[in-house]
Amino acid sequence: MKNVNKSIITALIVLIVLIVYAYGFEVTQVNLETARQPRRQESFVRILRALAHPDIFTYEQSEVVVDAPIVVGCPTGGVSLPEPDKTGPYMLVTPGCAEPKAEITVEGFNFAPNVSGPINFIPPSNVTIQLGNFQSDSAGHFKSTVTLPNRQPVPESQTIRSITRANVGGPKLSRNGRDTWGKIVETVFLALLATTFGTLFAIPVSFLAAKNLMKDVVSPLASVALSLIAWPIGIGIGWLTARGAHWISERFGQTTVLLIAGLIIAPLLTYFAMRIGLPPTDTRTPTPRQRLGRFGALVVAAIAGIVAALLVSQVISEFGEIVAKVPALEFMGNFFVTVGDMVSTFLGLVVALAAGAVLGGWAERLGHRMTDSLPVPALKTFNLILAALAGALIFLTVAAVIEWLYDFNNPLYVFVIPGILGALAGLLLAARLPHKGSLPVGLTIYNALRGLMNILRSIEAFIWAIIFVVLVSTGPFAGTLALTLHTVAALGKLYSEQVESIMPGPLEAIKATGATRIQTIIYGVIPQIIPPYISFTMYRWDINVRMSTIIGFAGGGGIGFLLQQNINLLNYRAASTQMIAITVVVWLMDYLSSVLREKFV
Amino acid sequence: MLQIQNLFKIYDGGVQALYDVSFDIPKGQFLAVIGLSGSGKSTLLRCINRLVEPTSGKILWDDMDITAASQEELRRIRRRIGMVFQHFNLVHRSSVLTNVLAGRQGYVNPAWSLINRFPKEDLQKAHAQLERVGIGDKFRHRADELSGGQQQRVGIARAMMQEPELILADEPVASLDPVLAHSIMQHLEKINQDLGVTVICSLHFLDLVHRYADRVVALNEGRLVYDGLPQDIDDARFKEIYGKEAERVG
Ligand SMILES: Nc1ncnc2c1ncn2[C@@H]1O[C@H](COP(=O)(O)OP(=O)(O)O)[C@@H](O)[C@H]1O
Ligand SMILES: [Mg+2]
Repeated sequence: MKNVNKSIITALIVLIVLIVYAYGFEVTQVNLETARQPRRQESFVRILRALAHPDIFTYEQSEVVVDAPIVVGCPTGGVSLPEPDKTGPYMLVTPGCAEPKAEITVEGFNFAPNVSGPINFIPPSNVTIQLGNFQSDSAGHFKSTVTLPNRQPVPESQTIRSITRANVGGPKLSRNGRDTWGKIVETVFLALLATTFGTLFAIPVSFLAAKNLMKDVVSPLASVALSLIAWPIGIGIGWLTARGAHWISERFGQTTVLLIAGLIIAPLLTYFAMRIGLPPTDTRTPTPRQRLGRFGALVVAAIAGIVAALLVSQVISEFGEIVAKVPALEFMGNFFVTVGDMVSTFLGLVVALAAGAVLGGWAERLGHRMTDSLPVPALKTFNLILAALAGALIFLTVAAVIEWLYDFNNPLYVFVIPGILGALAGLLLAARLPHKGSLPVGLTIYNALRGLMNILRSIEAFIWAIIFVVLVSTGPFAGTLALTLHTVAALGKLYSEQVESIMPGPLEAIKATGATRIQTIIYGVIPQIIPPYISFTMYRWDINVRMSTIIGFAGGGGIGFLLQQNINLLNYRAASTQMIAITVVVWLMDYLSSVLREKFV
Repeated sequence: MLQIQNLFKIYDGGVQALYDVSFDIPKGQFLAVIGLSGSGKSTLLRCINRLVEPTSGKILWDDMDITAASQEELRRIRRRIGMVFQHFNLVHRSSVLTNVLAGRQGYVNPAWSLINRFPKEDLQKAHAQLERVGIGDKFRHRADELSGGQQQRVGIARAMMQEPELILADEPVASLDPVLAHSIMQHLEKINQDLGVTVICSLHFLDLVHRYADRVVALNEGRLVYDGLPQDIDDARFKEIYGKEAERVG
């Protein structure tokens, strides 16, 4: 009985496997019929041959012209023709004179081996008549028989001329070879930039997406609600501050003298204000007055710092414009101009976010203090109000994004209802939560980030390139952005897994000294994760080089763009060059990254 | 004076690690905590600086309520409590000096330590502390290049950087061989006697307790089962602490 069952199960499994593969063949259209058609095979062979002859090198060519005299119509007494110069290639024509339509033998010596070319007859009228062809052997010798044209005999000697083409000098990159070289360099740098930017963003993300660091981050409801409200306010203040600093830096930037003065004053002011605002040690709890003084100093330091950064970015841009005038250094100049532009563009954003973080953090501590010190009824009331506000804020933000995407244009649905729903959700949460209970803020951020990274990662860089092409137009920059985004998501995950696997002991020890969370990360976490981070970054560069070779298919620059063009033009010899270039670069990267990884880890 | 009042700790999994533990520690005492492994020694020590949050009960330190301290206050309390660990808990890839300087984290401004800057006095202090424990020449080495005994000395130097009034030592010699164990215990004894720093030290071996402790408390399954002088632990008491099958060795 048991055996029968077993056989039935086996038979069923075989049947299922059969069905699965049959269906697989059906949907992937596995079929040898087409491949057997002679037409297909011919094209296939032709393309393979083209691929085997990559268009990389060309030679400069020159014509080698060798002349020999002949007299048409033998005069009485025969002819005496001059001896040919035997230092170079030369030809002997026998006989030295012949009647029209007679056969003559042309013998060549000292020619380049294995070359071919026409044998021409050149009458005094200079109208060339081709008599035949020749092909030299490996010793540079040939012998052909040709028939003279039917011409009136003339006493003067006429010319038999052979023409061959010879390569001059060494091989040179063909046009396609040069294009391929340019694009492969672009490809490697595209991958380098994407890896660099991606790594810079992935590092902070990885700390926020590490469970062991985030799971103790909990805050009471009042803190969460207050900081949710404070963040956008902080961002607004930061944005205005950046605008103000921009205005100040523009005043300074008007003349060279003012610019230099600003470049001296602003950093000095930043430094001294920092010294006041951030005393090196904090031995005793500061008085409220001291706190206020320090806060003021820090605000001054921040504004002076932004002004300094803006002035520096202006100087960099202007320096770049000067450098760009030197033709050979144009790329350096453009680099400086772009860096200056990037600094002034992103500074506002960074300042806004930083101000949001500062105000949010401050509100978080305020919430803690309220939770610790307020009497219970007051705390409960506060919690209800704040939670309602924060809930409404979250829902309204989401609603604003949806409105922006879909343009509903109906204030009732877009703002009133979500606002009310958010407030209700906040109230409900505040009512349900014990009044001193805390919310798992860290785990929420952890889960949100992990989810986001999983989504970003599952969309291939290739697809991101299609999207970025719309924003920055086709070219390597779109590819860089696409690869950067994918790199952040992929590395963020790999990095954070490394953070999760560090030894907990040192962290505990550093925490026990009274260190803040950031200090714990800097002294306890970072030293432990440096080797795996380097290793993963190398690995990622390797992957990015591979990806950047094809991202051009989506308009993202790099060598893929050329490859696609040549395939579409059926120019397989050119495409072959690009395929070889990709193979070589990928192989080199693979080798290089394995060598470097061995060194570092 | 450190007062521990009705301390309970129940871990998330439901393990009752401390059950109604109360006792006082006068300033300057060398207190040994003994008990089988799993009896709650580490938990007790970690409740004192709140690396582990007590479930209920109070810990008062000179009338300040550690258990009720806010995060900011807790940071200021922790920096006055040095801690020494069984597995040293050094950051392996960092230098000895950096590991020792880490003890100043609670005092330096977090913004400055972002860029790894410490005041000059702190650097001098770090070298002095390393000299004190006899490894002044090792400051450049990576922490994991040192032997176990040397690593524990770095651990002590790190704790001393905090200028602590209290040192919590969680089985500081359990991973070391007996000769080294005495050398480490002598360092702690000296810190206790010369500087008047209170030391709470969990220990495995009774001979070490006899030799170094002023007083001993014993835990058994999270309950305080003995509180008195080391020499008063007779055979009956011993069986009470370590269980009926235990044999006295040493
Ligand atoms: N983080 C934890 N989570 C859950 N249970 C724990 C944790 N730490 C310790 N325990 C349990 O609490 C009890 C006391 O542990 P511990 O304080 O480490 O004892 P000791 O240091 O005396 O060996 C043990 O049963 C242990 O398994
Ligand atoms: Mg223990």
